[in-house]
Amino acid sequence: MPLSSADFSAIWLTIKLASLTTVILLVIGTPIALWLSRTRSWWRGPIGAVVALPLVLPPTVIGFYLLLTMGPHGYFGQFTQWLGLGTLTFSFAGLVIGSVIYSMPFVVQPLQNAFSAIGTRPLEVAATLRANPWDTFFSVILPLARPGFITASILGFAHTVGEFGVVLMIGGNIPDKTRVVSVQIYDHVEAMEYAQAHWLAGAMVVFAFLVLLALYSSRKTKMGWS
Amino acid sequence: MIDVRLHLTYSAFALKVDLQLPGRGVTALYGHSGSGKTTCLRCIAGLERAKDGFVQVNDEVWQDSRNGLFVPPHKRALGYVFQEASLFPHLSVRANLEFGLKRIPRAQRRVDMAQATELLGIGHLLERHPQHLSGGERQRIGIARALLTSPRLLLMDEPLAALDSQRKGEILPYLERLHDELDIPVLYVSHAQDEVARLADHIVLLRDGQALASGPIGETLARLDLPLALGDDAGVVINGTVSAYDAHYQLLTLQLPGSALQMRVAHTPLALGKALRVKVQARDVSLNLQAEAHSSILNRLPVTVTQEIAADNSAHVLVRLDAGGTPLLARITRFSRDQLQLHPGQTLWAQIKAVAVLA
Repeated sequence: MPLSSADFSAIWLTIKLASLTTVILLVIGTPIALWLSRTRSWWRGPIGAVVALPLVLPPTVIGFYLLLTMGPHGYFGQFTQWLGLGTLTFSFAGLVIGSVIYSMPFVVQPLQNAFSAIGTRPLEVAATLRANPWDTFFSVILPLARPGFITASILGFAHTVGEFGVVLMIGGNIPDKTRVVSVQIYDHVEAMEYAQAHWLAGAMVVFAFLVLLALYSSRKTKMGWS
Repeated sequence: MIDVRLHLTYSAFALKVDLQLPGRGVTALYGHSGSGKTTCLRCIAGLERAKDGFVQVNDEVWQDSRNGLFVPPHKRALGYVFQEASLFPHLSVRANLEFGLKRIPRAQRRVDMAQATELLGIGHLLERHPQHLSGGERQRIGIARALLTSPRLLLMDEPLAALDSQRKGEILPYLERLHDELDIPVLYVSHAQDEVARLADHIVLLRDGQALASGPIGETLARLDLPLALGDDAGVVINGTVSAYDAHYQLLTLQLPGSALQMRVAHTPLALGKALRVKVQARDVSLNLQAEAHSSILNRLPVTVTQEIAADNSAHVLVRLDAGGTPLLARITRFSRDQLQLHPGQTLWAQIKAVAVLA
């Protein structure tokens, strides 16, 4: 068996982290994307820029600030301590928060594009057919934006799987709690276990390729608005 | 009664209208693009919100900005037909039609699926998907979908403008049936005079965000003080009643409203007493001082000159005539006017070269 139980544990943790992050991002990313695609407010620019920050910032920068805010002296850390939860640094929950921020643009942007492509007309049509805004969201926006949701989920999941810098900064390297695949590979290489590193790294390459293959193949079929 | 008072300003455009429209029949909002007709319609639907606005449809108030009332569009009992049919691409034709229908409480449904599909001739399309329909079919489904919400007011925003003339001809009869068979008031936005002449009972003429005129179609089209009279296809619409049919010559006799005057027109037989709408173009009316019996022209009516203005070119004048209460327009040369020494109050004969049957 080329993979050790520690490797499997890292894989399982990665899948758990990426799945949870994706679900959370779909829930909070949808209203943000909806707002960004509809608003004419002055805030559209600044908020859009903040959401996109992780695209350009080094993960260490994000990790550094998260470490500070979630640490015992940070605002968020003091809040979680007040709630009796302790600090979230070096915990799985902390990783989830970090991943949500780090992968945010990969979910929000495809959703925003999908919502913009729908335009306002279908929503107006739905309103004149007596659908209230919630009804319209579930019966018109959701089905029409389905390709956008698929893209957003795939990208959000895959990008979280590929995360390294943020994890190292705020989660460290705790087996079963914060040691994800990318960190495990780093450990193998540090310990000169190149064969082990190869298996995991190779699996990541195959995974990433399959994900992108699925993504680019599915883009051929687009539904038009008539 | 439909009461609409709207005041709204965009950077380069202001809409300011105060309209009292009939609570039944088809009212056309007519004007060039940019005249504010679509904005007006969208405000009535609540898709756009006029800062200062009052909208009342029969006994329901939908907006009263002075009292802070604004009913959101999904709570207004209206049907809206957009210029492009805007069918939902993820739903079949049937699901598109049911979208509004199933959101209406059963007790409020006055138009059912069978009636709507029959009225618009779309029964055979129900299982199809919008992508596989022609433009005309899509628009008929858009209209049926709006009707199935049993609206108290049907708003139509240039429903034929995106279609070629053949498709237009395919839909117009359905719109006429709607007019004849359903008792739903319609506001119909259009910049096409032929559609307005065919469908409308009442017309609102909009220009630069203001209503230049609002009145019954027959009277309003014949007004010389409006830019309508100057156009090349200026003319009047007459709602006649079928009073006789000559089977040998295949000519229908029409009684003009409120008078004993009659016109004859080549047509297939129609039941006596049936209403028929015809259009008489100003350029097809010539004037004669005597009853000229020796002519191929079928229709000759005794008329009185009521008014005269210069036409859009200096060779012509427009004359408004009264034919037993029905207004007529005649476009004649200034030369002929001087030859005939036309003056208001003068009685003479109008010869009508062509009568176009509209509906």
